[in-house]
This record gives sequence, C-alpha cells and structure tokens, in this order.
Amino acid sequence: MQFMLLFSRQGKLRLQKWYVPLSDTQKKKISREVIQMVLARKPKMCSFLEWRDQKIVYKRYASLYFCCAVEDQENELITLEIIHRYVELLDKYFGSVCELDIIFNFEKAYYILDEFILGGEAQETSKKIVLKAIEQADMLQEEAETPRSVLEEIGLT
Amino acid sequence: MPAVSKGDGMRGLAVFISDIRNCKSKEAEIKRINKELANIRSKFKGDKALDGYSKKKYVCKLLFIFLLGHDIDFGHMEAVNLLSSNKYTEKQIGYLFISVLVNSNSELIRLINNAIKNDLSSRNPTFMCLALHCIANVGSREMAEAFAGEIPRILVAGDTMDSVKQSAALCLLRLYKTSPDLVLMGEWTSRVVHLLNDQHMGVVTAAISLITCLSQKNPDEFKTCVSLAVSRLSRIVSSASTDLQDYTYYFVPAPWLSCKLLRLLQCYPPPEDGAVKGRLVECLETILNKAQEPPKSKKVQHSNAKNAILFEAISLIIHYDSEPNLLVRACNQLGQFLQHRETNLRYLALESMCTLASSEFSHEAVKTHIETVINALKTERDVSVRQRAADLLYAMCDRSNAKQIVAEMLSYLETADYSIREEMVLKVAILAEKYAVDYSWYVDTILNLIRIAGDYVSEEVWYRVIQIVINRDDVQGYAAKTVFEALQAPACHENMVKVGGYILGEFGNLIAGDPRSSPLVQFNLLHSKFHLCSVPTRALLLSAYIKFINLFPETKSTIQEVLRSDSQIRNSDVELQQRAVEYLKLSSIASTDVLATVLEEMPPFPERESSILAKLKKKKGPGAVSVNELEEGKREGGELNGGGERGGDSSAIAASNASTPSPSADLLGLRAGPPVTAAAPSAGSLLVDVFSEAGINDDGFLRDLEPTTESSDSLLAEGPGDSDSAPPSVVSEDPTPLPESDELLNKFVCKNNGVLFENQLLQIGIKSEYRQNLGRIYLFYGNKTSVQFVTFTTTVTCPGELQSQLNVQSKPVEPLIEGGAQVQQVINIECLTDFSDAPLLNIKFRYGGALQNLTLKLPVTINKFFQPTEMASHDFFQRWKQLSQPQQEAQKIFKASHAMDTEVLKAKLLGLGMALLENVDPNPENFVCAGVIQSKAQQVGSLLRLEPNAQAQSGEQMYRLTVRSSKDTVSKRLCELLAEQF
Repeated sequence: MQFMLLFSRQGKLRLQKWYVPLSDTQKKKISREVIQMVLARKPKMCSFLEWRDQKIVYKRYASLYFCCAVEDQENELITLEIIHRYVELLDKYFGSVCELDIIFNFEKAYYILDEFILGGEAQETSKKIVLKAIEQADMLQEEAETPRSVLEEIGLT
Repeated sequence: MPAVSKGDGMRGLAVFISDIRNCKSKEAEIKRINKELANIRSKFKGDKALDGYSKKKYVCKLLFIFLLGHDIDFGHMEAVNLLSSNKYTEKQIGYLFISVLVNSNSELIRLINNAIKNDLSSRNPTFMCLALHCIANVGSREMAEAFAGEIPRILVAGDTMDSVKQSAALCLLRLYKTSPDLVLMGEWTSRVVHLLNDQHMGVVTAAISLITCLSQKNPDEFKTCVSLAVSRLSRIVSSASTDLQDYTYYFVPAPWLSCKLLRLLQCYPPPEDGAVKGRLVECLETILNKAQEPPKSKKVQHSNAKNAILFEAISLIIHYDSEPNLLVRACNQLGQFLQHRETNLRYLALESMCTLASSEFSHEAVKTHIETVINALKTERDVSVRQRAADLLYAMCDRSNAKQIVAEMLSYLETADYSIREEMVLKVAILAEKYAVDYSWYVDTILNLIRIAGDYVSEEVWYRVIQIVINRDDVQGYAAKTVFEALQAPACHENMVKVGGYILGEFGNLIAGDPRSSPLVQFNLLHSKFHLCSVPTRALLLSAYIKFINLFPETKSTIQEVLRSDSQIRNSDVELQQRAVEYLKLSSIASTDVLATVLEEMPPFPERESSILAKLKKKKGPGAVSVNELEEGKREGGELNGGGERGGDSSAIAASNASTPSPSADLLGLRAGPPVTAAAPSAGSLLVDVFSEAGINDDGFLRDLEPTTESSDSLLAEGPGDSDSAPPSVVSEDPTPLPESDELLNKFVCKNNGVLFENQLLQIGIKSEYRQNLGRIYLFYGNKTSVQFVTFTTTVTCPGELQSQLNVQSKPVEPLIEGGAQVQQVINIECLTDFSDAPLLNIKFRYGGALQNLTLKLPVTINKFFQPTEMASHDFFQRWKQLSQPQQEAQKIFKASHAMDTEVLKAKLLGLGMALLENVDPNPENFVCAGVIQSKAQQVGSLLRLEPNAQAQSGEQMYRLTVRSSKDTVSKRLCELLAEQF
C-alpha cells in the first residue's frame, strides 16, 4: 500500500498515512487530487479507480471516506476488506466510532493503524490481538498519569 | 476494554481541538493556531523545565496543527526528548511526532537513532515495537545504515516475542524497499523462509510480505518457500471456517494470508515436484469449487474476502498458463461475475478476463462472453467499468470477431466519454489494421473513425491509412472513391480533408473517368473546404493542387488562377505564400516531363512497426500491449503493409530519392535542368524547398509553437514522409519554454499587467496582484481564430528546486474555447523562500485536429514580493554599510538600452516594488531604493542604487547598478533582472 487517507464528505482530511517517501508538497498535492476524484464519484459506482500507475480503493462509512492507494498488481477486494477491518477496529475501540472520535483522538487512530498495518502491509489481522495491544498501552497510560487540575490543563497556571 | 471517554488523556489538547473546530473562518483558525504556537514556543523556551506530561501535550498539539496542514518548524527537539522517557505514552507521542514529521536534519536523526537503539536493546517488547514502528514509518537511509544489520537478528531470534517479530519483518521490508543494498539476508535466508511455518498466524502474515518482496528480487535463494507456501495454503483452504479462530474473517479462513500466499507463488513457475504441484492444483480447485457454494453469510465482507482469494487464485492460474482445465473454469467463473449485481465484481471480472484472453487455452472461452461484454460497454453507468469492457473487447478480438467488435467500438465512440476517446480511436485503428482481410473494410473503418471522432484521430492514425493505401495497389481506387464520397458531406472533419487531399492528389486519376468525379469536380470539392481549414491543411491542399496539374492538365488554368489569387500568393502566412508562389512557378516553368518526374506517385513505404501501436503502448505504459501483437496480426492476417512489390520500379526509386529530406544528388541533377535555371535564378533554392521535408516550415508558426524540434524526428519518420505533407505537430512532454520566453519574462519585471504572449492563434493576457508573500495571477486565454480550441489544458510547473521555493496552485481552465472567445484562469502563488527561476506554463490544445503545445515562463520574479520601505538618508547608508560582505553585493555595469528619461526610470523603479528614496543619495542623478522581500521562510531586506552615466568615455550611455541584500542569491537575481530593464 502506498498511502491511506481518511477524509470527510466536505473534503477535510482526517487522517493520512504515507508508506512511501514524499515531500510535504507532494503529499498535499496528491491528497487534494485523490479527495477531489473520490468525492466526484456517485454511489453504486465501483470502489476502484485507476490513478497514475496505481489503484485507488475507497469506501464510504457514514460521513467519512476511507481511501487507499495500492500498487497496480495488488488485490482490490482484499484492500477493501483491509479498510473494513480498520473500521471495525476503530469501532470496537471507541464504541460506535464517529468522525469526532477520530478528530479528538487522532493519535489513537494512528496507533491502531500502526498495530494493524506497518510499512504498508498487514502486520496483524486478528482483531483481538490488535485491540489487546492497544488496551495494554492504555493500561500503561492510566498507571502513569496522575490527575491534574482543569486550570492547569488548559494552560492557565 | 478501557472506557474511552473523550478528554481522558490530555484535556488541554481536547480544549484546543474544540477551539479550532469552533472557529468560524479560516482567518480565525489561523489566529487561534498562531496564538497556540506562540504559547507552546514560550513554554519550550521558558526557564521552567517542563515535565514530561506537558511536553507530551504540547508536542501532540503541534502534531495536530501540522496535520491540519500548517507548517511546524520547532518542537522536534522536545519530541526527541520524549523518546527517552520511561513513560510509555510520552514515548509513544514522541515516536508518533517523529514518524509524521521527519526532518532530514542529520543532528536530529542521530539523536533519534540513539533513542531507537536504546529501545531495541531494552528487551521490553512494547518499547521494541514502538522503535520498530518508527523505523518502518520513517524508513530513511540513515536508519537503514544504523539498523539493517540488527533487525534480521531480532526477527529470527528464538526468544523474540511474536509481536516484535511481526514488526521486525515489516520494518525490514520497508528498509529493503528504500535501501536494498543495505539489507543483506545472507545467513538468515533459510530461517526467514521458515517463518512461513510459524505457529502464529500473525507472524506468518507479516513475514510473507517480506519473503514475497525478497523472492521477487532473488528468486533462487528463496525458492524453498514454494513448497512451504503450498502446504500452508493447503492447510488454510481445507480448514473448517472456525479452525482459525480470530483469523477467520466473516466465515472465510485467513483471507489476507491466503491472498499473500497465492501472490508469493506468482513469483515462481509451477512447482516441479509432482506432489507439491498436485497439492497446489487441489487447492486451486477447492477455491474454484467454493465459489460455487452458497454463501455462508449475506454480508458483503464475506463475499469480498472469498472473492479476493478467488481472484488471486485466478491470477496464479493465469500466471502458470499451463492448466487448460483450470483456465477454462476460471473463465466460466468470471463469466458469471460479468452479470453480477455488484459493480465491483463486474469491474474485476472484466479486468481479469482481459489477461485470460491472451492465453491460448482460454482465448476461445473468453470469446463466448462477447455479447455480455458488448452489453456492458453500452449499459454500464460507471465510466471506469465501461473502460474495462472496451479493454476486454480489444483483448478478445481476433479475425473471427473483428468486424463485430470494431463495429461496436465505433458505435460506442459516438457517445463515449471524452476521457477515453483518444485511446478508443487508437484501439479501433489498430484492430482494423491487424485483422483487415480486405482493405476496403480497413479504409471504411478509418474514414468512419475520422467522421465520428475526428478530433481524437491523431496524426499517427491518418498517416497510417495513407501509408497503407500507398502500399496496396488494390485498395487505391476504392480509397479514392470512398474519400471522395466522404468529402461530399457538408461538414466534414479537417482530418478528412487531409486524407482526402492526399489520396485524391495521388490517386484521383483512378476515379476521374466517372463524370460525377471528373478532375474539376474533384478539385472543386476539395477547394470548397479550403477556406475552412487550418494553415497546415491548406498547405497540404496546395500540394494536392499541384499534383492535380500533373495528373489532369485540363485543370491547370483553374488551379493556376487559384494559386495566383491574392489570398494565396499574398497570404500573410509565409508557408502558404511560399507554396503558392513556388507551385505557380513550377506549373508555368517546368516542362510536362519535369513536372511528371517531380510529382511522381509516392513510392511504397518501408515496412515498419505501426506508429499507432507505438503510440498506444506509450499511452498505456509498457505491458499494456504485447510487443508481438502486430507480428501476431501479420501471422494471421498475412502481408498487410507489405511494401516492396513496386520496389523495382525505377521511377519510383527516383521519386523516392527525390523526396528524401536533404537535397540529394538527384535534386542537384534536377536543379541543373535547363528549363528551371533559365527562367528563374532562384529556382534552385525553390526546388530544394519544395523537396525538403519539414524543413520548409522553419518559419511557419507551428514551429514557433514547438520548441522541441529534436523530438520531432521520430514522429516525422513515422509520417507519410513525402514533401507535401503538412508539418506534423509535435507532441512533446518536455516543457521546454519558448526561446523568447525570457524576453517575455523581462517585460513584466516592472509591470503586472499586459499581453504575455501572442501568436496567430492565441493571445494570453495577464493581470497580477501581490500582497506580502502571496500573489494572484489572472490569465486570459483568447482564441484569435474562428475555430474552437478543444482539449485546452494548461499546467503550471515549478522546475527543479523552484518546487520547494514557490507554492503554485492553478485552477483548471475550461477545456473548450470557442472561436473569438476568451477564458480566464486564476493562479495563486505563495513565495516560500527566495528563488531565481520562473514557473513554467505549458499550454496544450487542439486546433483543427492538430495538437498545439507551447511553454512560457510565468512572469513571477522575486521582486514581486517586495514590500517598499521608506527610510531617511542616514538609515539608508547605515544599512548599506551593514551589508558590506562581498557576497551580499551584486553589481553590474551595462549600456543603456533605452533613452535616459528620469520619469521613465522612476516609473520603472516604482514598478519594481521597492520604495524610491528621494534626497538620500548625495548625487541627485542617482536613484536609491529600499524594500523587503517577503517570503514565508524569511524576509530579505534589499537596497538598490542605480547610477546613470550619460556621458561615459565611450560616448555611450551607461548605468552602474548595485544591489545589496542580506541574502547573496537575492542580490544576484535582482541584479540580473534589473540589468535588462533600463
């Protein structure tokens, strides 16, 4: 996989993961191009698009589009299910995930993705194992943190 | 499962994100972000040491700001500090920041690598995984150098945890992709291959990606993976749906691993070991069988996972191309999908069948689906699916169905999407040529192509039909008759006029016996189109007319009259004028014999690869069209373009020589001919001009549009190659700017509005405005002709390092410009840092079928981002002195190219964008200016002094220009730009 983008119906990028080295300018250009292309698609059209020498595989879940670019030889259907499994992981972790969860907890969305896909390839496809790894990290977080005052949190002290 | 309540973790971050979301405008958002950045910056710089938690929170905010699309230029150090925290979440944020915002700053990379090294040797699996994730995410060469030796060890060590192995395998894969020379598997090879046997499915899933990539590069070293992969696959395929527990996905056992196993096997030929092969064939049959079973779930995930494996299995079957039984079964399965209600499946079935069509075992089976595919072409609502259907029709075409397929594709062309028309045209042209049994069908097909989709018929296509007609005696009469009929249509495409002009000029005599197509009728028909055509076509028609004079002496006076008319002989286009003058002379001076020799029928073309095929290959990229395709076609279709039958004809040879591009010996002989020399002393050059190929067009406007003359050679060589052909327009991807573009650029250094470019077809006006480091340019493209421009596209590119110096965004422009109309394009520019080059503006469009391509420099120069600075004399000289390092100054002494008019000079300097400072220089003749260049990265203060010397020693008016600025590149560039202005 070359990259994965999550974006809203309004074209706002919510998560971007790049598995090939690109400059920030190139990334911005590609995101714009791909978002524009996918948003122009009508429902019931097929989920695959030829793009440059790659393939775009996308699917919409509620207000969010999940979109992957894969190499020409890659299996489109299994990529579609990669997307679905990632949605399942987010859903299970956040409990009926919605766009806001991903906005406010973007770092978590990245952690979950890193456990599931690494370097553009599936690392662990078992839902249980991925979630267990994230849970463990959360446990470590809870142990480590002491409660703070609200004022301190918003930087007023 | 821990409850995830919003705002656990970092409340300050949540508050900030809410604030951003509540911002009503982009400006408000930027304001809020700048406030936050200032706050974070002061925290990081403050005296009070920040605790880990605060550091984490601020780094996370920075990350959020970056992901919103803003640039972040600090905080890297704090993120690196977090890496060495003992607290997992702090470390995690640190790594996330590094992964997203890697900086090529080598100092930092060294620190990062240090932290990674510590974590890798910590023996804490969660820390090790974080470190490996970071390497895999960044994947830089420095990291490969530091860790490529260590990771294989971690991967195969007996005591490594499964999760770490998984990360190590994919981390290594990423490093191998970026720096294959640094990843040496050597001694580890066999242990890595044996990971395919690992008990943990997750380890196998991760390892197989690595093994597949390594196998592609070193198949021999990894070939033991084949039998391991087959046995693993066999175990999965034969397992019950519950055996694999959590690796079963919607009742499908291990779909990801299955697909990857099948993909790995595609790196190798069929297994030689009979037992292994038997087991594999069994697997493939089981997969095909399962496709026929009723689904275990109605969920689309179930069928997708199942079909993903099926398609991958079919790919393997096609890759082996040795099991007829499996190939035919695969084809039947795909045939079922062709009518499936899921668009995705129809798309994939069409795509997959395309490769099946090229196998000799399944070609016939694929052909049985022709009606379904034709139907898909007509009824699919999604253009990408229709495109696949067109591809498949092309792939399944052979002698038996060529007429049907070509007819269907032609009728589809009438309504086809613009995006795919050109490719469809090429495909139809290739199929028609490849499977032509009788050439009249071929000629009909190509003329139909021109009729239906003339705009998309490229030069290659109509060149080719002419090559073939010239090489085939038996079709010449038919071609002449058909094209004559086609030209009767009141509105016919310019490409039709070109083909008509060429063919009637060569073979009009073959139909001249019929009074309905007598020479004069033919001529009048052609000439009725003349005034509607573009210059290149008119040039071609003039050549057809001179051929008519040769073929039909009775038309001589009529044609001479046409040539003699003011609209020809005094045409403002030099090319047309030259042809008219020369042909008129030639027809009146040369004897019938000389005329007949000069205008001898074209000799056959040497057989060569179809240029159309070459074009399609280029368009689709390698692999899209098999190299052997045309040869195959020949094998089946016999000699199609067989030249040579007439090769022995001596007059043909003479003419052939005569029509070579360079003035050859034969030409010299001709030139020595008494009638010519006697009558016109300049006739020598005249004849050379008549015969030299595209060389005559050097002054023509097309040449102006096409600066890349080198690349035109190959295309010219593919053309009909005679002296009379219109100059082919050159399609070049290389945006070399026009030679005069620098001059055009200089025109706009001191002004923002005006006419940027103009030729006979097109006028480009420009209006621009700049504020701080931002600019907006309005371009106005005006069509000066009465014919519409189609497929009008413009691209703005920043060559080389300019890409990182300017951020240029252009809005797309209307693809069609009606005759006389004007369209507007807006281009936004952001100056990131100082720069010297100008962005290139490439413009392509079709005018009367010919592709026009030109590249200009967009007049964006560094001085556009000047902010004028007023200052007193004292301040000026103080700053002047501060900028006294030699590289900060650039100086030029040059001759005045315009009169030294003080008011004009002032206006120019003001136009430059700096403040013109009065009463600063002790010498009132001199001019001094000050300004600050605003770029996103920095501000560059610049001072300028211009000293006119009206009576220099040489008697010429001279200037001395001195520019000083805090940046050497800026001084230099300003000096260069200004030296051209006065």
